Amino acid sequence: MILKNKARIVTDQQPHINVEAVLTESERAALHDFMHHYPDPRAASLDSLKHVQKRNGWVDDAQVNAIAQVLGISIPDVEGVATFYNRIYRQPVGRHVILLCDSIACFLMGNESLADVFKKQLGIQYGQTTPDGRFTLLPICCLGNCDKAPSLMIDEDTYGLVSRAQVAEVLEQYL
Amino acid sequence: MTSENKPDNKDLPEGSAVSVVAGVAIAKAEEKAAIEAAAKAAKIEAAKIPKTEPTPIHGNGTAETHPLTWRLKHHQQVLSIDTYESLEGYEGLKKALKMTPAEVQGIVKDAVLRGRGGAGFPAGIKWSLIPMNKEGSPDVGPKYLVCNADEMEPGTFKDRLLMEKLPHQLVEAMILVSYAIGAQTGYIFLRGEYVLAAKNLNSAIYQAKAKGYLGENILDSGHNFDLHVHTGAGRYICGEETALINSLEGRRANPRTKPPFPQISGAWGKPTIVNNVETLCNVPAIIVRGATWFKGLSNGRSGDAGTKIYGASGKVKFPGLWELPIGTSAREILALAGGMQDGLELKCWLPGGASTDFLMPEHLDLAMDFDTIGKAGSRMGTGLLMVVDQTQNIVSAVRNLEEFFARESCGWCTPCRDGLPWAVKLLKGLEQGEGKAEDIDVLLQLTRFLGPGKTFCAHAPGAMEPLQSALKFFRSEFEAGVRATKVDAINHISVIQA
Ligand code: SF4
Ligand code: FES
Repeated sequence: MILKNKARIVTDQQPHINVEAVLTESERAALHDFMHHYPDPRAASLDSLKHVQKRNGWVDDAQVNAIAQVLGISIPDVEGVATFYNRIYRQPVGRHVILLCDSIACFLMGNESLADVFKKQLGIQYGQTTPDGRFTLLPICCLGNCDKAPSLMIDEDTYGLVSRAQVAEVLEQYL
Repeated sequence: MTSENKPDNKDLPEGSAVSVVAGVAIAKAEEKAAIEAAAKAAKIEAAKIPKTEPTPIHGNGTAETHPLTWRLKHHQQVLSIDTYESLEGYEGLKKALKMTPAEVQGIVKDAVLRGRGGAGFPAGIKWSLIPMNKEGSPDVGPKYLVCNADEMEPGTFKDRLLMEKLPHQLVEAMILVSYAIGAQTGYIFLRGEYVLAAKNLNSAIYQAKAKGYLGENILDSGHNFDLHVHTGAGRYICGEETALINSLEGRRANPRTKPPFPQISGAWGKPTIVNNVETLCNVPAIIVRGATWFKGLSNGRSGDAGTKIYGASGKVKFPGLWELPIGTSAREILALAGGMQDGLELKCWLPGGASTDFLMPEHLDLAMDFDTIGKAGSRMGTGLLMVVDQTQNIVSAVRNLEEFFARESCGWCTPCRDGLPWAVKLLKGLEQGEGKAEDIDVLLQLTRFLGPGKTFCAHAPGAMEPLQSALKFFRSEFEAGVRATKVDAINHISVIQA
């Protein structure tokens, strides 16, 4: 996997960073809480990234460093996880992330023409964010909602049986 | 491309178009008062169920006939702990705690409960590989029980229902199994997109703790068990048992070599059992009613035991899920789904997810069980049918499947990482009528190079299953994608060059 951001030189000496300045008190508390769920703090890296991501919608370099420091593991370990999993974003995303299911059941129910409507109305392609920073459009594999295909998620809301005519109405709900 | 068909579901009652949009959104993220949110979610959930749904999942089931879903009959909503307890809930656990772990394992082994995640490996045998001490109790020392709830196999939506509607059933099952294998810690490895399932499972765990079913010295048995919901952040490969363990440990989800098998050295190097949601959910009923009862459920239709949550998606009239005796034929399942949508004919079908071989209409009468579907050249997989109608070009469908596999490859080994994008490229060419004659041979070659034994895990061989079967049954459609003028063009050029 290619690092999404600039390459970083890894040394034993991790750049020291003022964790308090990067993570809020409640974020730090949450990270400590996650660590209690596992016998090894490294296992809390994904939970931590997901939690920290809630604030800005994505995770920046300073946050990756801070997580590494709180968990007491190396930055590359946290970065390796952050770049592997597709739901951790290492680049800014829009206020709302649209995940369009592009797996086979939705494909058979016309997801590609539905995706075209989204792309046209938003004026962006998969992987892009609208200029006003409102939406990011991404494909996702089967949402386990195939009986209501075509299916999609916006933030944490799941939609099924979405027709092309309904796209505008769906988008309107997210400002 | 035939995806021009309107996604509007013609069978929905009038006016439901609006209610779908307004109503389908599952509970909003805002953490307002929990009760308010639950009420809202319930309302939305109710609106989501198409009014035309013909066959409820349980049929007319009872606890004896539909162990997984019978409780849903009385309660469309999420089952609270009190309701669950009033419907035989936690009975299996109570009974199991009075036996020895070895006895519990023995019953499940006798019941021949095969893994419902797709591989079909008997759960009892899997558990028996966990190291035990001389008294027949699981050895002391840390062990882990992990529920594979990373449901991401395209076309599969059964575990979502079990977790969203019946969270206590899974929680009870995990406590019970943890006792049988001597695990003190358990994780439900849930995919991150299942927001409602996470919420319902967490509240079920909270309620179970309050009643003494979880925690220290469970119901005075001396057994301790701690259960956590671990939500993922994407990547299909996490569904692979050893990749899932890596992911749980906070690593990239690359699969591990086997041996050692996770039963010996799994999460954090300790013995670990990974079972699918549906597999686990069967256990409490097996303990309550016994192995003989469970084996009788298939009613002579199959050598396999129990029921199975089958389903259908694609252009059938009523896509959905049904709990049926294992070994029910695909034709019966299709009938429950109301058959194909009007004007469409069945072209072929996938028996259980993207990584299974296509089967043809003439295979519809086969029993949907592990061995029968295996003998027909495919795999039962997750048992949720996906139908392809005759208007769908198979090359496009396979292109979509291979795009999925290429994107979800973990990138660890070369044949998979590089071979799958190559297959996609060739398929795209054929789809647009720009293919070369040798492309089909290269695709066939790829099905061998990426086949079983050639890659580090089963991802690539799984990806080859729909491709190889499509080439077998529909070769002419691939040939139609070869650019007819290509040969002429080459001849033409060679003439000029001469
Ligand atoms: S076969 Fe694919 S998914 Fe499996 S280890 Fe190799 S690259 Fe990863
Ligand atoms: S294929 Fe789209 S939800 Fe399953």
